[in-house]
Amino acid sequence: MTERTPVLSVRGLSVRFLMPGGRRVAAVTDAHFDVAPGECLALIGESGCGKSVLASALLGLLPANAQSAGSARLGDLDLLTADERTLGRTVRGRLIGLVPQSPAAHLTPVRTIRSQLEETVAALTGARGRAAVRAAARAAADRVAFPAGHLDRHPHELSGGLAQRAATALALVGDAPLLLADEPTTGLDRDLVDRTVDELRRHVDAGPDAADGNGPGRGLLMITHDLAAAERIADRVAVMYAGRIVELTDARGFFGSPGPRHPYGRGLLRALPDRAFTPIPGMPPELGDLPTGCAFAPRCDLATDACATLPPVTGGLACHHPVTEDARV
Amino acid sequence: MSDTPVLELRALTAGYDRRAPAVRNASLTVASGEAVGLLGPSGCGKSTLARVAALLHRPDSGALLLDGEPVRHWRHRAPRAQRTAVGVVFQQPRLSADPRLRLSDLIAEPLRATGRSQEIPERLAELTAGVGLTPDLLGRRPHEVSDGQLQRACLARALVLRPRLLICDEMTAMLDASTTAALVAAVEDYRATTGAGLLAVGHDRTLLDRWCDRTVHWDDVTAGVLSAPGAV
Ligand SMILES: Nc1ncnc2c1ncn2[C@@H]1O[C@H](COP(=O)(O)OP(=O)(O)OP(=O)(O)O)[C@@H](O)[C@H]1O
Ligand code: SF4
Ligand SMILES: [Mg+2]
Repeated sequence: MTERTPVLSVRGLSVRFLMPGGRRVAAVTDAHFDVAPGECLALIGESGCGKSVLASALLGLLPANAQSAGSARLGDLDLLTADERTLGRTVRGRLIGLVPQSPAAHLTPVRTIRSQLEETVAALTGARGRAAVRAAARAAADRVAFPAGHLDRHPHELSGGLAQRAATALALVGDAPLLLADEPTTGLDRDLVDRTVDELRRHVDAGPDAADGNGPGRGLLMITHDLAAAERIADRVAVMYAGRIVELTDARGFFGSPGPRHPYGRGLLRALPDRAFTPIPGMPPELGDLPTGCAFAPRCDLATDACATLPPVTGGLACHHPVTEDARV
Repeated sequence: MSDTPVLELRALTAGYDRRAPAVRNASLTVASGEAVGLLGPSGCGKSTLARVAALLHRPDSGALLLDGEPVRHWRHRAPRAQRTAVGVVFQQPRLSADPRLRLSDLIAEPLRATGRSQEIPERLAELTAGVGLTPDLLGRRPHEVSDGQLQRACLARALVLRPRLLICDEMTAMLDASTTAALVAAVEDYRATTGAGLLAVGHDRTLLDRWCDRTVHWDDVTAGVLSAPGAV
């Protein structure tokens, strides 16, 4: 998988928010990762750790008081330096399909699903003429198994699962090589989570140019706090803590054996109700007031004096004392 | 522990349109000190049932008993003794917390509203530690804290009057694994010291099975087959 040219290549991405009074909030710090075609990378971590800011940076949707540094390459384009016109015309929808956190809120409330699909089809594809646009919108709905009988409904007339499918259909219309899903399963029940995640996986393995079934597939960056959903879909996992990616590793090894090597990842998995169900003590630090050393140190039972200096990222891991024993034994 | 159940629903029907009630013929009992999980899919009507049990929504028919006493009035018309016996935490802290209040006022508000302001300092100190908040967060407003921190404050508020029954409607659905485990531990610490009952509503079977003494499924609750714990 590593030999393939990545769809997305992020290097040294940092985002700072400038707050009134000169305070600086370090929302994302020095993120490095790639997403390959046909691969799902799950970005996991506690609420407020910077996951969604990272997504906004990729989409060029950071607020005015944000400053970003580093690069995020999608083909020949650097998403961080692209102008708004490029982002609007060629990135959002065409190069990156966004599967939103709250589909009900993302869909336009006063318009039917059909009209929203048709508008997106007309804007993003070559379909011209009423009949062609209508057929393409119908095909887009079919692709996510959205029932044709519900196309003329408004978003509030859909269940959570169907609203999620409608939003996914919109995200897929432009045949973008990269899908970005920000908490796509929040608030859904377990069956719906499984179905949503399996559908996303299908779209990763298929397209965008896999008409013959042999295409390279899409890349998917999925941001989630739902570890069960991440385990179900991801090839690799990036664990974010206090704005930094502290571990980037193979999903199977992370959730299974040998388990996470960073104490924070260990703690997250130990908190699951089908594991020890014990919380990590304390709370995440303030992003406006981070310590100079490892930000996890106040909550880490392996911390030593060495942890007062920032652990460098080596082999996808930022920790002075990585865990070595197998999580499953 | 007394033999009188802390919560009993008998053939309860409730909703927003009498022709199509969201909850139909629901029966459920929470024994004194018991933790019951209520499991059901999205949109089945769980939250409506939770709102009825929390005295926030008047049912169309059926009976609700708190500590054996039938409830005759809901919302602001409910008698204070019944209202203060039940604490409730919802799924979305941002929707349930007044954005203008500092966390300390959010937590203390039920004490103020019941004329018990003199207890505020003591209860605030106990609960802040109990739910894992730190004193510096108490002066902030909801937009200045994370979802997890705000939900901790909402739990503290639900516990501030020392309810005999706690209702958690998808309390942790928006939260990460560690914050979930921390909030559940805070609820269980409270229950261990007070003997309060719990109705935890949700759609995560793994979580409810781990958390509660027993888990009942929505279909059984509304099929008129379940009543006392262990019975069936
Ligand atoms: N205030 C309201 N007015 C009208 N209909 C409502 C209202 N609140 C809920 N409903 C409807 O009542 C039904 C049951 O809703 P409820 O919120 O109780 O379900 P739930 O099981 O908690 O779902 P979820 O797990 O998705 O939160 C749904 O069809 C919902 O759309
Ligand atoms: S660097 Fe030190 S404090 Fe940080 S996670 Fe590793 S052991 Fe713990
Ligand atoms: Mg609900």
